[in-house]
Amino acid sequence: VLFPQAPRMFAQSSQNSASPVLLLVLLGCVLCPPAQASKSSEDIRCKCICPPYRNISGHIYNKNVSQKDCNCLHVVEPMPVPGNDVEAYCLLCECKYEERSTTTIKVIIIIYLSVVGALLLYMAFLVLVDPLIRKPDPYTQPLHNEEDSEDTHSLAAVPTLAGARANTVLERVEGAQQRWKRQVQEQRKTVFDRHKMLS
Amino acid sequence: MDQKGYRRGSFQSATSDEDMLEIAGASMDFSMADDDPPLDREMGGFSSYNGGGMNGTSTMMDFLEEPLPGVGTYEDFNTIDWVREKSRDRDRHREITNRSKESTWALLHSVSDAFSGWLLMLLIGLLAGSLAGLIDISAHWMTDLKEGVCLAGFWFNHEHCCWKSNTTFTDRDKCPEWKSWSQLILGHGEGAFAYILNYFMYVIWALMFSLLAVLLVKGFAPYACGSGIPEIKTILSGFIIRGYLGKWTLVIKTITLVLAVSSGLSLGKEGPLVHVACCCGNILCHLFTKYRKNEAKRREVLSAAAAAGVSVAFGAPIGGVLFSLEEVSYYFPLKTLWRSFFAALVAAFTLRSINPFGNSRLVLFYVEFHMPWHLLELVPFILLGIFGGLWGAFFIRSNIAWCRRRKTTRLGKYPVLEVLVVTAITAILAFPNEYTRMSTSELISELFNDCGILDSSKLCEYVNDFNSTKGDDLPDRAAGPGVYTAMWQLALALIMKVFITIFTFGMKVPSGLFIPSMAVGAIAGRLLGVAVEQLAFYHHDWAIFSGWCSQGADCITPGLYAMVGAAACLGGVTRMTVSLVVIMFELTGGLEYIVPLMAAAMTSKWVADAIGREGIYDAHIRLNGYPFLEAKEEFSHKTRAMDVMRPRKNDPPLTVITQDTMTVEDVETIVTSTTYSGYPVVVSRASQRLVGFVLRRDLIISIENARKKQDGIVSTSVICFTDYCPPLPPSSPSVLKLRSILDLSPFTVTDETPMEIVVDIFRKLGLRQCLVTHNGKLLGIITKKDVLKHIAQMANQDPESILFN
Repeated sequence: VLFPQAPRMFAQSSQNSASPVLLLVLLGCVLCPPAQASKSSEDIRCKCICPPYRNISGHIYNKNVSQKDCNCLHVVEPMPVPGNDVEAYCLLCECKYEERSTTTIKVIIIIYLSVVGALLLYMAFLVLVDPLIRKPDPYTQPLHNEEDSEDTHSLAAVPTLAGARANTVLERVEGAQQRWKRQVQEQRKTVFDRHKMLS
Repeated sequence: MDQKGYRRGSFQSATSDEDMLEIAGASMDFSMADDDPPLDREMGGFSSYNGGGMNGTSTMMDFLEEPLPGVGTYEDFNTIDWVREKSRDRDRHREITNRSKESTWALLHSVSDAFSGWLLMLLIGLLAGSLAGLIDISAHWMTDLKEGVCLAGFWFNHEHCCWKSNTTFTDRDKCPEWKSWSQLILGHGEGAFAYILNYFMYVIWALMFSLLAVLLVKGFAPYACGSGIPEIKTILSGFIIRGYLGKWTLVIKTITLVLAVSSGLSLGKEGPLVHVACCCGNILCHLFTKYRKNEAKRREVLSAAAAAGVSVAFGAPIGGVLFSLEEVSYYFPLKTLWRSFFAALVAAFTLRSINPFGNSRLVLFYVEFHMPWHLLELVPFILLGIFGGLWGAFFIRSNIAWCRRRKTTRLGKYPVLEVLVVTAITAILAFPNEYTRMSTSELISELFNDCGILDSSKLCEYVNDFNSTKGDDLPDRAAGPGVYTAMWQLALALIMKVFITIFTFGMKVPSGLFIPSMAVGAIAGRLLGVAVEQLAFYHHDWAIFSGWCSQGADCITPGLYAMVGAAACLGGVTRMTVSLVVIMFELTGGLEYIVPLMAAAMTSKWVADAIGREGIYDAHIRLNGYPFLEAKEEFSHKTRAMDVMRPRKNDPPLTVITQDTMTVEDVETIVTSTTYSGYPVVVSRASQRLVGFVLRRDLIISIENARKKQDGIVSTSVICFTDYCPPLPPSSPSVLKLRSILDLSPFTVTDETPMEIVVDIFRKLGLRQCLVTHNGKLLGIITKKDVLKHIAQMANQDPESILFN
């Protein structure tokens, strides 16, 4: 999803009826690990909060029991009150069954941070490295260019010239990237400069 | 028989999928000569027009011709032709049904075609739910990152960090694994210096997050800013905005939404989640031919996707469908209702299985109490409704004024600086007050919470009399000092939120409105609730209280007041009715509170409507000048079609094309010298009898293609729009037949038709233009933009503010 040409290639290489099925399988593989996340013993608990009662201070009890057994009698150990007071004490306690999946959290945070990192690197590349690489070519423009749309015509000239040449992967990547940059520039002009949309 | 040319448009097997993806997702051309990408590519295997001088029956020939790619698609910032798209889909469906009797493969194809809609809904639900889970978990973590870090694993937020350790009753939030920044840097967490260090780190993190967000938006996807709902409303009414629902917008919006929410700005994530879900819907549409090639069907899918978006935002599938029906969609056929519900349900189920909050709830502020309320409490509830309406009207006016200033003055030239300044102000003002320091969702959750014995927050510090407690039921008690502190802190938080949200909504980061307005309402509601509770406690012998609120009884629930206040403020700003009540009661899980919620929502809508007619989204649509024809307003003026049509009395006559006497050069001159999006075709200039209507884009594409591909087409070739072209002398160049791009059934009204009916026709049929005839002869044309300008003029607004086409 980072490279604009990747979905195009994907669409090219798959037939109409096969691609939905393929996507379904892919989604399933992605979603399966979090959904069936390892129910490790650390990730389930029953938490009972008991308020101060007479001269006993408030306390929180955690225990790894199933949802059926999540009540005061099973979890509160050792019971701080004598037998005849247990019921009154337990009425005050509130028990909740909680479940979490540490694997899901870890995976999601790491995915998120890697996507942000990749985007930052790509932005740094586009701002710093790209102009240096493209310096010999007089037709291209740097990314943060706010000038008028006359430039788009000169940019449009480049793909048609290059279109006759070899359709190698690199050329297509280049073409797609140029088109994408033009698009973003147009969008930026519409939103930020002319304030035509999204004010 | 007339629409064959269009029907064939859906079976373009000769062209690659690549072209259609480009057209639908990429091109942003404003110049007419640059109608690439379709013409850039090599069109192998493409049958040419039968251009020779034969006037044979072209009906059979039309079948064999395949129209060019690009014919039948739309330019950016144009309105689609609903009628054409719908009839195209019906033709396609008929074709598949007829063919299904031929072979098993065709039968399977027809079954899979019928099933494809449901499969698409399933995929949309899955993707929207997963993205919502990702957003929830990441936002939760990054919000806590401003305050500290977990040593047991940096990916845990505060609550999960302290999950395993043994916390004490009094210090439930502290555990050794969670270190605040001052504890990490200095080694201890107490003292003035530690406080200042925490403050400083909080502001720095907030600035970093918002700077990153606005740079990503500006650099990669400028369409990802703002809420997205006004633009989606416009898109669903038939407008085309290329790239608004594309893949880069999806990625950037998801990432920057998390950053914007975590930076502590006063915004929510519900509106942007609708945009994210619609992007998912649009992207997944490309997998299915039925939806990829037909703009009307695609909008049905987008309506369902919007429902899925609201469903994951609030954990309310029914509320999501109603929101899509009431607020977002323009045409909502009944078939879409069932499919939207399915998509919303799948999305909610997916989110639930990801379980972001650890308690199988989809929203942080799920309400779990079921205390009864008394009829006399309707008075404060209606007061809250009035407050919600007043605040809603005030917010809309000031926000629109500020956005207009951003649009027209120099303020709009510094978007990055603006975001940084607003974040700095928000962070600096928010840190000292604990109620603004926590994230807004947590604040709402705490305000909705009914105080029990086990709650240790300041808001629940009542004077407890333990000897008289029986079980978990607490009577109304006198407020302790903690409650008084909380009250004035909440009042300060209210003032701050009321003013800062005006400047935050509409900035160049993804920003939603639901959570801040609910927060304002919840704070106001809780304040009123505690006030009423204390009044009932100290004056339980007054006539109004003595009947039902005796001493020692638990009669007033401030949490309920907070909920009603939240509903009132949200209703005042967005003017939602049914969907608001349904979302709120799905949040509470019960029907007990329907009457207070409805009372507050209705009151707030009436009060807000009395002050200003439009909700926030309609106001933003009008501010940006989108061509959105409001479906709910009545047009009540007595003008007629001839007052609105073009050309007016002093203008040059209507630009028409004759059916078989104009040459290629003539048509090209007309097309280059005018900027109209379509031209009527008449029998001859003298008679002005109408034949049909041809679109500019189709004309340009067909002529350019004919010049390149067909033999003998030169500037002096005659263009013929009919089946039977007039015979020409043998030395003349071959005729260019453009019968297939002509729409033979344009809508016409007479010049005496009242404008009420014309506006109704435009709304109900989704027209782009309508021809006006007089005594059977073509007189003029009314476009949607003319209708919008006329409505604006009649309402004394500025007709020049209608931009776009």
